[in-house]
Amino acid sequence: MPDRFPGYDVLAKRHTPSWNEQTRRVIDARLAIPRTPRFFTEAEYATVEALAARIVPQPAQRPPVPVAALVDTKLLENQQDGYRDPAMPPEREAWRRGLLALDADAEAAHGAPFRALEGTQQDALLRQMEAGQLHGSAWVGLPPATFFKHRLLRDIVMAYFSHPTAWSEIGWGGPASPRGYVRMGYDARDPWEAAEAHADPAAARRKNARVG
Amino acid sequence: MPTPPPRAGRTPVSADAPLEIRGRGGRAPDVFEPRGWMPMRQYRRDEPVDFLIVGTGAGGATLAARLAEHGFSVVGLDAGPWFRPLEDFASDEAAQTKLYWTDDRLSGGENPLQLGSNNSGKAVGGSTVHFAMVSLRFRPAWFKSRTLLGYGADWPIDWREMWHYYAEVEQALKIAGPVSYPWGPKRPRYPYRAHELNAAGLALAESCEKMGMAWTETPLATLSAPRGRAHPCVYRGFCTLGCSTNAKQSALVTWIPRAVAAGAEIRDQAMAGRIEVDADGRATGVHYHRDGAWRFQRARNVVVAGYAIETPRLLLNSATDRYRDGLANRSGLVGRYLTVQANQAAWGLLPREVRWYKGPPSLALTEHWNYDDQKDFFGGYCYMSQGPLPQLWANTLASARGLWGAPLMAAMENYNHQVGFKIVGEMLPQLRNRVTLADTRDQYGLPIARVEYSWCDNDRALIQHALGTMTEALQVIDASDIWQQTDDTCHMNGTARMGSDPETSVVDADCRSWDHPNLWVCDGSVFPTVGGVNPSLTIQAIACRTADRIRAMADRGELERPHHAARQALPV
Repeated sequence: MPDRFPGYDVLAKRHTPSWNEQTRRVIDARLAIPRTPRFFTEAEYATVEALAARIVPQPAQRPPVPVAALVDTKLLENQQDGYRDPAMPPEREAWRRGLLALDADAEAAHGAPFRALEGTQQDALLRQMEAGQLHGSAWVGLPPATFFKHRLLRDIVMAYFSHPTAWSEIGWGGPASPRGYVRMGYDARDPWEAAEAHADPAAARRKNARVG
Repeated sequence: MPTPPPRAGRTPVSADAPLEIRGRGGRAPDVFEPRGWMPMRQYRRDEPVDFLIVGTGAGGATLAARLAEHGFSVVGLDAGPWFRPLEDFASDEAAQTKLYWTDDRLSGGENPLQLGSNNSGKAVGGSTVHFAMVSLRFRPAWFKSRTLLGYGADWPIDWREMWHYYAEVEQALKIAGPVSYPWGPKRPRYPYRAHELNAAGLALAESCEKMGMAWTETPLATLSAPRGRAHPCVYRGFCTLGCSTNAKQSALVTWIPRAVAAGAEIRDQAMAGRIEVDADGRATGVHYHRDGAWRFQRARNVVVAGYAIETPRLLLNSATDRYRDGLANRSGLVGRYLTVQANQAAWGLLPREVRWYKGPPSLALTEHWNYDDQKDFFGGYCYMSQGPLPQLWANTLASARGLWGAPLMAAMENYNHQVGFKIVGEMLPQLRNRVTLADTRDQYGLPIARVEYSWCDNDRALIQHALGTMTEALQVIDASDIWQQTDDTCHMNGTARMGSDPETSVVDADCRSWDHPNLWVCDGSVFPTVGGVNPSLTIQAIACRTADRIRAMADRGELERPHHAARQALPV
């Protein structure tokens, strides 16, 4: 994957007027969460790590976003969406039962838990879940397609894109209070915004080195 | 009242610690000053206040301010905390979920609604703390849509009266809008100048011009010039996550400070559980949970302003042996006719950088299809430019487009080139769409709401039309990779509809319950129809009207008691 925003790091702005104290506080806490299971069991946590690798695959050449730890923390804190399908249990129970059911299907199809399968086998199982075509007995009372879309996919995607590493990769400005932005039109870049590589990655890298 | 079970364990590990209760001890938080305070009158619980208002959002806060300014004694309850945006709001999507109503609710039917962050606030100021600030007037004909347009139900209010109250709210919020508005009857100039368009707004403008449709700068409740201790909008783009600079004219920084200054008391983190009625069917007060215990506030009048789910939930949870189906429910319509708005979108890519994250998310709009009646369906829609932040956008790509794995990561790399339009479309009121009580109980021990929603054929026809229009709009500006988001809805109204017949409505034109002379409803629940524009301006206009009507009734001696004793209430 070519580097579209070479050298851009949202965290370089941590001490600029784009970040206020309360923002530094919540981002610092997010960056410091333990990379160990606190809600999940060790085995469940390993399965969530395997799921995250399929849903939000990360480049190997940089420190990974700890997706499983972020999902684990969300569930530990019992942060809820505020609504659920009447056929679905609340967040924590849905995750526990969904992981159990997924492993049961993995065992039935391949004789191994989900986290031990090849990536292509894992993707195939996830596509079946997405299409509601997993019929193991552990899915009774937990519609697999709903679990996939509203729980598994949502929580993993939202966890990944809550992390500054992900923000830097897509060239988003990140936190912006109190400074905000000034240049609003097409191709209008404030000096504290990411520069896209286009035809001149070196120029973009120079600009991105100065966003802080 | 039931004994609440222990709170579901929300251990503050990564998020901010829950706020302390702030509205007590004779003071309230000053939202314009970090750690600041302002004096607040307090009322005794055992002496009735003139008006006890449950909920402090667009309906409740507005009514609290106007009633207090009319000289009534007022207490407002809100289930959520009382934030000071300058010190409490982070520039962060995940952390700001603390603004949303995330208590458990069931959402079913053929087209289940997304609740929580989508439309439900739990804070002093309600959903206005995270609303997108779009402040539009109804098309006049919508107030008589049954008679004039052949669908829905007529409102018992004349549009010309509403025009007066719209102007009052636009002034109160210093709405920033265009010099002349392209649709509908003449209206006064907006108090503040329109905001500069971002590239996402320019894309909408360009596409409208190419298609021969009018467009305009969206009238927005965020400052384009200084006002008092609030600065103009700095275009940070986190509007739907809470405004950390106070430019947003939410109820939290407008009506609430006005209410407190006029002598109202607001009690934060106070969850109403049941309205008490006496043998004559008159409301006598409200049981609410605050600071670890159930309490009871006496009142001469009770106003329910909890929005379209919590309002019917409270009325239903207040059932007695005499009122087995809940209060104000002779018609059987409490919780019925829940009516949301279609919120479909078309998305695409532009070669140029758009960076839609800058500025308010919906700076430009067209109401063309609200005012054009050459359509093969009832109702209308507007559509606006968009600017979702990364978490929301990634979840949209995942849940609505079905992207995950490498395709999702590749699509997110195009974030700065993304552009899109989203409708606010009129869905039709249907009896079957409703709020009821579930068997499950929440952390207060109260039965939670079950919401059921299903689209009708007309809803689907409107959505198809809108998706076609917005797709064409993206095509004419040469967007690529165009796709349609077909699943979303927004805003909620209609579960305690107003009308002129006690058999077919819950409240009258003054938001007064037909069944209980001193029980009122003042929020989006009273809407008989929803129109094709965002509801907040209309909710606030209705609240201003209701306050004036109440004063007029009090002056004529038609209320429970005259309000002259209001100023004699003693501090606790």
